[in-house]
Amino acid sequence: MLIPCPHCGTRPVEEFTFLGDATVTRPTSLEPSSMDAWMDYVYLRDNPRGDYTEYVHHSGGCRAWLVVKRNTDTHEVDSAVATKTMKAKT
Amino acid sequence: MTGFRIANGGLIDRSTNLTFKFDGKSFKGHQGDTLASALIASGVHLMGRSFKYHRPRGVISAGASEPNALVELREGPRKEANTRATMVELYDGLIATSQNRWPSLENDFLAINSLASSIFVAGFYYKTFMWPKTFWEKIYEPLIRKAAGLGTASKEADPDTYEKSYAHCDLLVIGSGPSGLMAARTAARSGARVILADEGSALGGSLLFENEEIDGTNGLSFAQTIIAELASLPNVTLMPRTTIFGWFDGNIFGGLERVNDHVAVPPAFEPRQRYWRIHAKRAVLAAGAEERPLVFGGNDVPGVMLASAMRHYANRYGAAAGKSIAVFTNNNSARRTVGDMKDHGINIAAVIDTRKNGKIINVKGGKGVKSIDLSDGSHFECDAVAMSGGWSPIVNLMCHRGAKPIWNEIIAAFMPPDVGPQFRAIGSASGKMLLSECLNSGIVAGTLKGKTPPTPKCKDEAFAIQPFWWVKESTSKAFIDYQNDATAKDLPLANREGYGHVELAKRYTTTGMATDQGKLGNVNAIAILAEAAGKSISEMGTTTFRPMYTPVSFGAFAGPFTGHHFQPVRKTPLHDWAIEQGAVFVETGLWMRSSWFPKAGEDWLASASREVKATRAGVGLCDVSTLGKIDIQGKDAGAFLDKIYCNTFSTLAIGKARYGLMLREDGVVFDDGTTSRLADDHYLMTTTTANAARVMSHIEFCHQALWPELDVQYVSVTEQWAQMAIAGPKSRATLQKLVDGLTLNDETTPYLAAKDITILGGLTARLFRISFSGEHAYELAVPADHGNMVARAIMQAGQEFEIVPYGVEALSMMRIEKGHVAGGELNGTTTAGDLGLGKMMSTKKDFIGRMMATREGMVDPARQCVVGIRPVDRTMKIRSGGHLLKQSDRPSMANDQGYICSVAWSPMLDMWLGLALLSNGRARHGEVVKVFDGLRGHHYLAEICDPVHFDPENRRLHA
Amino acid sequence: MKYSIFSLLRNSFSGHKNWQPAWRNPDPKPEYDIIIVGGGGHGLATAYYLAKEHGLKNIAVLEKSWLGSGNIGRNTTIIRSNYLLPGNNPFYELSMKLWEGLEQDFNFNAMVSQRGVLNLCHTDAQRDAFARRGNGMRIDGVDAELLDAHAVREMYPYFDFENPRFPIKGGLLQRRGGTVRHDAVAWGFARGADMRGVDVIQGCEVQGIDIENGKVVGVQTSRGAIKCKKLALCAAGHSSEVASMAGLKLPIESHVLQAFVSEGLKPFIDGVVTFGAGHFYVSQSDKGGLVFGGDLDGYNSYARRGNLPMVEHVVEAGVAMIPALSRIRTLRSWGGVMDMSMDGSPIIDKTSVHGLYLNAGWCYGGFKATPASGFCYAHLIAKDEPHEVATAYRLDRFRRGLVLDEKGQGATPNLH
Repeated sequence: MLIPCPHCGTRPVEEFTFLGDATVTRPTSLEPSSMDAWMDYVYLRDNPRGDYTEYVHHSGGCRAWLVVKRNTDTHEVDSAVATKTMKAKT
Repeated sequence: MTGFRIANGGLIDRSTNLTFKFDGKSFKGHQGDTLASALIASGVHLMGRSFKYHRPRGVISAGASEPNALVELREGPRKEANTRATMVELYDGLIATSQNRWPSLENDFLAINSLASSIFVAGFYYKTFMWPKTFWEKIYEPLIRKAAGLGTASKEADPDTYEKSYAHCDLLVIGSGPSGLMAARTAARSGARVILADEGSALGGSLLFENEEIDGTNGLSFAQTIIAELASLPNVTLMPRTTIFGWFDGNIFGGLERVNDHVAVPPAFEPRQRYWRIHAKRAVLAAGAEERPLVFGGNDVPGVMLASAMRHYANRYGAAAGKSIAVFTNNNSARRTVGDMKDHGINIAAVIDTRKNGKIINVKGGKGVKSIDLSDGSHFECDAVAMSGGWSPIVNLMCHRGAKPIWNEIIAAFMPPDVGPQFRAIGSASGKMLLSECLNSGIVAGTLKGKTPPTPKCKDEAFAIQPFWWVKESTSKAFIDYQNDATAKDLPLANREGYGHVELAKRYTTTGMATDQGKLGNVNAIAILAEAAGKSISEMGTTTFRPMYTPVSFGAFAGPFTGHHFQPVRKTPLHDWAIEQGAVFVETGLWMRSSWFPKAGEDWLASASREVKATRAGVGLCDVSTLGKIDIQGKDAGAFLDKIYCNTFSTLAIGKARYGLMLREDGVVFDDGTTSRLADDHYLMTTTTANAARVMSHIEFCHQALWPELDVQYVSVTEQWAQMAIAGPKSRATLQKLVDGLTLNDETTPYLAAKDITILGGLTARLFRISFSGEHAYELAVPADHGNMVARAIMQAGQEFEIVPYGVEALSMMRIEKGHVAGGELNGTTTAGDLGLGKMMSTKKDFIGRMMATREGMVDPARQCVVGIRPVDRTMKIRSGGHLLKQSDRPSMANDQGYICSVAWSPMLDMWLGLALLSNGRARHGEVVKVFDGLRGHHYLAEICDPVHFDPENRRLHA
Repeated sequence: MKYSIFSLLRNSFSGHKNWQPAWRNPDPKPEYDIIIVGGGGHGLATAYYLAKEHGLKNIAVLEKSWLGSGNIGRNTTIIRSNYLLPGNNPFYELSMKLWEGLEQDFNFNAMVSQRGVLNLCHTDAQRDAFARRGNGMRIDGVDAELLDAHAVREMYPYFDFENPRFPIKGGLLQRRGGTVRHDAVAWGFARGADMRGVDVIQGCEVQGIDIENGKVVGVQTSRGAIKCKKLALCAAGHSSEVASMAGLKLPIESHVLQAFVSEGLKPFIDGVVTFGAGHFYVSQSDKGGLVFGGDLDGYNSYARRGNLPMVEHVVEAGVAMIPALSRIRTLRSWGGVMDMSMDGSPIIDKTSVHGLYLNAGWCYGGFKATPASGFCYAHLIAKDEPHEVATAYRLDRFRRGLVLDEKGQGATPNLH
């Protein structure tokens, strides 16, 4: 598998570390009533078969955290964007 | 035993005489022979024994699909089991031994299994060996294990070396037959970077042995001209002896190059094999097609072989399989064998064509073909049988990523699936059964730009197959999977018993599970199973094709990363100094850390105890460079650290250090360390040795993914600084001698001071007044390159105080005396509260792990928390891993109260003591518990106490 | 028909033409009391024990592909009960005890072979961790031995003891650990369940879950709608997909784990051995192949295949542990889809939907758990109460902070 790192170019999979679902959002509330949202963030996953958006760390390269779109069934990689760039846009 | 060497022709060098041994007997062959061809030419057909029935077997194929002719090649530590005689290039002095037989290949005792073959049907072992119960492991299974397996592997280390290489190309051509050569030449002429790989010892594929005429010349010289042109081009890499064994994500191919398997011993500085990872923009599969056996009684008698293999041996190696040959076919391709054998002056005893209703019922002969019986009652004497059951495109690689091949009625074979433009099949691998189509498909696939060049002219021969699978009239065994002894009758049996799905039938009958992975037999099996199940072949489908196409040695995958080079070694900047001091090193992850510094006659315990005592009495120096160090800068650095740590860092005064605790988002303790503020916008974090890399990744994630709006930068500086702990009552006096222009005292450098200084007349350094040992202590960091020099200077400065170097053993003793938590307690399941650090968790801010740390199970008072532990009998040694029980309780998991995590001999208190995790432990100081150490047969009483065993008032720290 | 040497002999006289199918091939009935989704090891074992232990008959097992086509057919066949935590070890010990009597129980030779599982250690810290683990086993009467380097050398003299990098300092041995012929486990349970009246239905994919008023009433399948009173999910790596049909989100990610087999060899290694300084473990099947594996590829995946970096990583560790492996050849690699849970431990529990049960999150430890998983799941389904050794496998343990994290890696599934 190859990942197109926006900084380093297309690089082999062993340079990367996979963290999981990048569609979850860390809650900001610290109220006990927000525990459902925290449970969702820390533990519960859609775990889709097919298109997937995930956090990937170029740990053996530029050290950037990327948001990668990849198919979990075919392993085809669609895109990889630096998390920072993405967050700056939103 | 009537194979012989044909007088002329072939691609062998008859001027050479190579001597080799098979089962101890000497034979001769020529350069260019394979072990199989040399044995055939020497009249040897019997080359192996089958797995279950130990039937005598000869060579069936001339290539990688060979299921029968497997030998142990070479001897001693270079011995390789299960080596295909058909793929072994002959060299002088070659030694091969037959396998899976006792006492000899000719007379194999376990051939008696054949007598019981009426019981040994598919899956018989699932139905028996169950009674009496104890007999399975004591009697049946040991016998089965001994009888099973094929060759015997060496248990000695491999003396040869292996390499890993990476390649990139515009076009990877897999297979160098007619279509592969066309594709390679066409692409190469357009300037593309081409790799042409072929598993054979020579390039050319079928043109090495088939009689063809292309563009007015014979097929071989046509091939040789193209190969010569390709070899002359700088953009082409030719890789003979290289098997592409797998296709992976990203159009990456795995390859195995047999660099020196064709010689007895690799030349000096050369590897035996080279593993390749090839990243191809495009690839074409030109692997050709595999001829199928027919399924009839005695189709395994030595001397029965594939029709193409028979002419391969005769035409390429000048090795005739027999003097009188019968040919059994369901298609036109076997005509070539008839013609070629006649050309070599070999008698054709009979041609039996299923399209004309001819069938061989049984082959007679035990260890060699003697005669054949036909369904029409006729009988022919012959000493070899050539068979052709049709041709299957070698689709394996194209199915390695999940796609399934597609059945084609016209050629009666599975065709490769369409897997996209990155990887296409051409030639007979794509089901093209005419030479002109093969050449043309190669040219088309090789045209990466511009116009498609014309196709060379050649003669075609119609394939004209009429599917025929199994001669049901056969009375003797008809084999489908030769090696595993799966017969035609096994498949209907599997279907009858409910194992009718192709994957279940495979597992139940073991068809296709041998070392050849069903290359020859699987399609026959599918056809016969489909018929039994009343399905079409297309409905039945294939089993899953998986890597490796042919087996790959462990050594090749491992490459040079074995033994000492399995993982890189990290040495600290003080490594040389530690060697000078006589350190004994210990592996800590990849690091080599100095463990203790023995004097003559000291064991580790004596050495470490002396180091502790000397440090606590005077001064000691310890290398702590392995701790992770992360430099954090930016105007929001403090705010950022407040999110990372559960305690607060934004309020830390410049020039001060603070102990910090970080949690994971699930509320469990992640790591700890001391972090200092060097300037308003500049912090220096330290982490544990074990978690240094993970903490760095975590910080990067937290900033880039969670809080990118914060103005903060960070970089690991672990490798840039050598760091030393200087501990003990004389540490200040020792350090004072090195420090430039600064008087060390409680005003200038109070406890937890952190500052940039210079030492030894201008050398950059950082000084921290922090302590892990519990002593008045400092940590001094200097640029890595100066580490050894500064350590030596400190040793000199401390000479008058009898300074000692101390290692991680002494460090560990001192931290356990002081009750400081480390790896044994920071085990990924403990909370801040468990460690007695619950109060560090700020209630005034958000931080990683805050919410999850509030869950009921995380704050349950019954949780196990850190306590001190000492044996009631103070003279007794205690060890880590003992479990704790209430004195009155019997041993059981339900009664388990906790366990001992860390122990040490305390030189100061003169006893063994430790830290434990104990349920509700903080309320139980003073309680005597039972320690259960069943592993060492040692049960004793121990007293629970405060984790701080030594100097609980911290007087020494502030002295 | 009872399987024995006598039935084999009898059938050999008639050319094996009279064997009855090991299981029927029934069409689905319109309604069942209990439907189990997933005809793998755990699902079939659940059906078997529901019928055998609880006398329930009106049960269907729905398998979308062929019987045993999931992880029961693609694992490395190891059984052991050397777990660390109180919530885990009694469960795995029950499983071990069930293995020990399984073949006589379901009259199918699954080749349960207790040749020992040895975990090597290379540092003092690893030995301490093994001492904790081993004592946790011993305290409950489970066999465990802590071996020193000398004792390991007696067993396996050809391991690399001289390697200065990661010397073998000893190991934790469970002699009752070993291997089982994995496919035969599925077949034995399927046959046993079928004989007791369970409908094992292959080629029947569940495509929807029908819920009315918060209660399960049936499933939509590729072979039509089927009603049921209780629905038991047992879909391993595909648990999230199936649970989502009931609107449930699980603390699970699917990951691919590769495994490998070598060419067949005469006896090379007797027991199961795991390397403590890298990702590698190995055993040898009765047929002679070295069966080995290592670690997850690391990326979320539903593909039953992996990539080369992990192959290299695993094999490097193998050769570091046993240099003689170098000239042995890897025959085949494959991948299984693992239901990696957030704490590395499984879930056997009711769900928020009435009548819907969940068995999932086995990570790569599912094979050894097969009998106990079926036994305890059957108990839960039949009695609506967890079995006493499976009380920790509750779904709300994440919310309550009662996770079972053997490795101490936290909520990162691919690190378990």
